[in-house]
Amino acid sequence: MTDVPPLLTTADGRPLKAALASAQGRARRKAFYLVAPLLLFVVFSFILPIGQMLHRSIYHDGFSSTAPNLSAWFAANPSGTEPDEAAFAALAADLAEMKKNKTAGEAATRINYTVSATRSLFTATARKADKLQPPFKEALLAEDAKWGEPVIWQAMRAASNPYTTDFYLIATDRARGADGGIEQVPENERIYLWLFGKTFILSGLITFICLILAFPIAHLLATLPMAKSNLLMILVLLPFWTSLLVRTTSWIVLLQGQGVVNNILVSLGMIGEDGRITMIYNQTGTIIVMTHILLPFMVLPLYSVMRTIKPSYARAARSLGATSWTTFRRIYLPQTLPGIGAGALLVFILAVGYYITPALVGGADGQLISNLIQFHMSKSNWSLAAALSGMLLVGVLLLYWLYDRLVGIDKLKLG
Amino acid sequence: MKKILTLSTALTAVAFAAQADVTVMSWGGAYSQSQLEAYAKPYTAQTGVKVNMVDADNPATPVKAMVEASNVTVDVADVEYADAIRLCDEGMLETIDPAMLPAAPDGTPATEDFLPGALTDCAVSTIVFSTVFAYDTSKFPEGPKSIADFFDLEKFPGKRAMRKGAKANLEMALMADGVPAADVYATLETPEGLDRAFAMLDKIKKDTIWWEAGAQPPQLLADGEVAMTTAYNGRIFAAAVAENKPFQVVWDGQVLEYDLFVIPKGAPNLEEAKKFVAFATDTQRLADQAKWISYGPARKSSGPLVGLYQDGKTEMGPHMPTSAENLTNALPSSYEFWVDRDSELNERFNAWLAAN
Repeated sequence: MTDVPPLLTTADGRPLKAALASAQGRARRKAFYLVAPLLLFVVFSFILPIGQMLHRSIYHDGFSSTAPNLSAWFAANPSGTEPDEAAFAALAADLAEMKKNKTAGEAATRINYTVSATRSLFTATARKADKLQPPFKEALLAEDAKWGEPVIWQAMRAASNPYTTDFYLIATDRARGADGGIEQVPENERIYLWLFGKTFILSGLITFICLILAFPIAHLLATLPMAKSNLLMILVLLPFWTSLLVRTTSWIVLLQGQGVVNNILVSLGMIGEDGRITMIYNQTGTIIVMTHILLPFMVLPLYSVMRTIKPSYARAARSLGATSWTTFRRIYLPQTLPGIGAGALLVFILAVGYYITPALVGGADGQLISNLIQFHMSKSNWSLAAALSGMLLVGVLLLYWLYDRLVGIDKLKLG
Repeated sequence: MKKILTLSTALTAVAFAAQADVTVMSWGGAYSQSQLEAYAKPYTAQTGVKVNMVDADNPATPVKAMVEASNVTVDVADVEYADAIRLCDEGMLETIDPAMLPAAPDGTPATEDFLPGALTDCAVSTIVFSTVFAYDTSKFPEGPKSIADFFDLEKFPGKRAMRKGAKANLEMALMADGVPAADVYATLETPEGLDRAFAMLDKIKKDTIWWEAGAQPPQLLADGEVAMTTAYNGRIFAAAVAENKPFQVVWDGQVLEYDLFVIPKGAPNLEEAKKFVAFATDTQRLADQAKWISYGPARKSSGPLVGLYQDGKTEMGPHMPTSAENLTNALPSSYEFWVDRDSELNERFNAWLAAN
């Protein structure tokens, strides 16, 4: 005989379990309401825009919405079908419609993204579209022989679906060939992948230089007496509070051919008047200026971690017979790892997306991928800009994941 | 009670009228200043409507962002030709009927008074600016005379500066290589012609600094960083005349372009915006602008009215890109060519730039 134990109840007779659940639910709701403003802010200012950007990189309805007849023909006929009279008739009908609605430019822009010098083909033909007579194939080819080119038909087929990989193809230096296959663009037009690689390598280099420079400063800051370390801290923070543009242009004044540094070197006789060193408007300039601008982002996390390291550990190691190098390597350095990780991640991610500084001091070989993203934004090819940004985002997330696997994100310490 | 109601209605009406300002977005600097003096101030004096000038790096970018987000805060924007065409194509601009533009004083309708191509479906040109090259006269007393000299490092040693972009550079390179202005775009359309332009740029690549903002070239010249640079002619004029710098413009091989007023779709004060555009682009206003900056008016009838610079002694005629003596070897930029090939050529240009 097993008796069912009597249900535990609260003073007013409600089951204890239910009462507990409702009390916890209340607390959870309260907590949720407290974070709700931040959550909404993050959703609206961060998640939605990034989602929209990623969507834009795979979606463009400039052609599909303005050329419904041709889109229908492409849907009905599989890839590889020779464009027949029906296809040309659909094209002619769409061109006439474009002329009426003034949408030829919109459609042309979409095709022009993938095949250069086609915009004028569309706008010029659309202007005369209502005079076209059947047979349309002959009529269109007589208008412009380019209408017979397979590359253009492939581009129109790809654009007839608003969802497209075209922009990611361009962003990886690839293009759709005449047979619909994907091929690399001519060597003298390949730029994006190379620039991605360069952006990551340069950012890595800048992060490394920042680490080498920041480590002793942070150590000094953490170990000096309060009065002196405060002064030093102000020196670290002062440039941090100065406008980015001012700092960049100050570097131009210092480093340019007729600048302060070169003038001093010449007046000291270390270099001749003709031997002035080129330190700016090139890759060197980008590295110098970005290192200076990003240095505080390395110093601050390092400092906050180093301050918590007790000097007694190092003393204990020395008293047990370790050399100063061993003490540094085995005792001090491992304890600063969370700071190194945080600083490196911060500097690297900021460097990857930097654009004002390379734009101003980068010259020919010091520009980064962000400069091209900005270029396409200003040339109103937002989809390509979005695709390039998407690739940058994936690259950064990959590195973040790698960092998590190698070091562990829980070890990150920002302050 | 009724009186109060009438009064409050009247007050609201006044408040409403006061709110209907025109907001004009332009490029900043001396250029915006010239628009403020020549267009905005007289407009306010005549109509009582306030004109707010706001600056942008390139107004076309914020205009597109505003229209896409349906949150348009500017009524009129000043953009480049290719951008005016592109934004119009994408349906981001109001169409502007040329019939609403005032005729010239002698009665010539606006469509004939404006220079060829200066009116488009969505835009009205205000000025003609030009990309020229300029040098420091203290460095070359016997200065360069032709565009070919810019690419000649033996005759004129020293660093060069050019805009970091394909536009205007490719054209200048071909003209320096001896291609007549009339054939430049036909040549650039062929792969051989393009290679020829890049081969010309190769000659000076090692000694060239690439600028991005219009304010940079006069600065590079003033600092002695470069001996010669391409630049927008108005910037060199401002440095040479207003700041007495020893800069000389060489007009040979100049590339001319229009700047245009557009009205973004969804402009908060559409009617006011149209009135402002019509007022600002009349014959006298365009001529007046030359008093403040050395850009040529886009109307033929404005030409003879152009007088002295604001200092009261500099004759503007010789500093205008559109004056006859400066047009002997000049190339009007082809928007058709650039809208068609912008991305391809810039990819190639950037790849060329990056290759050592």
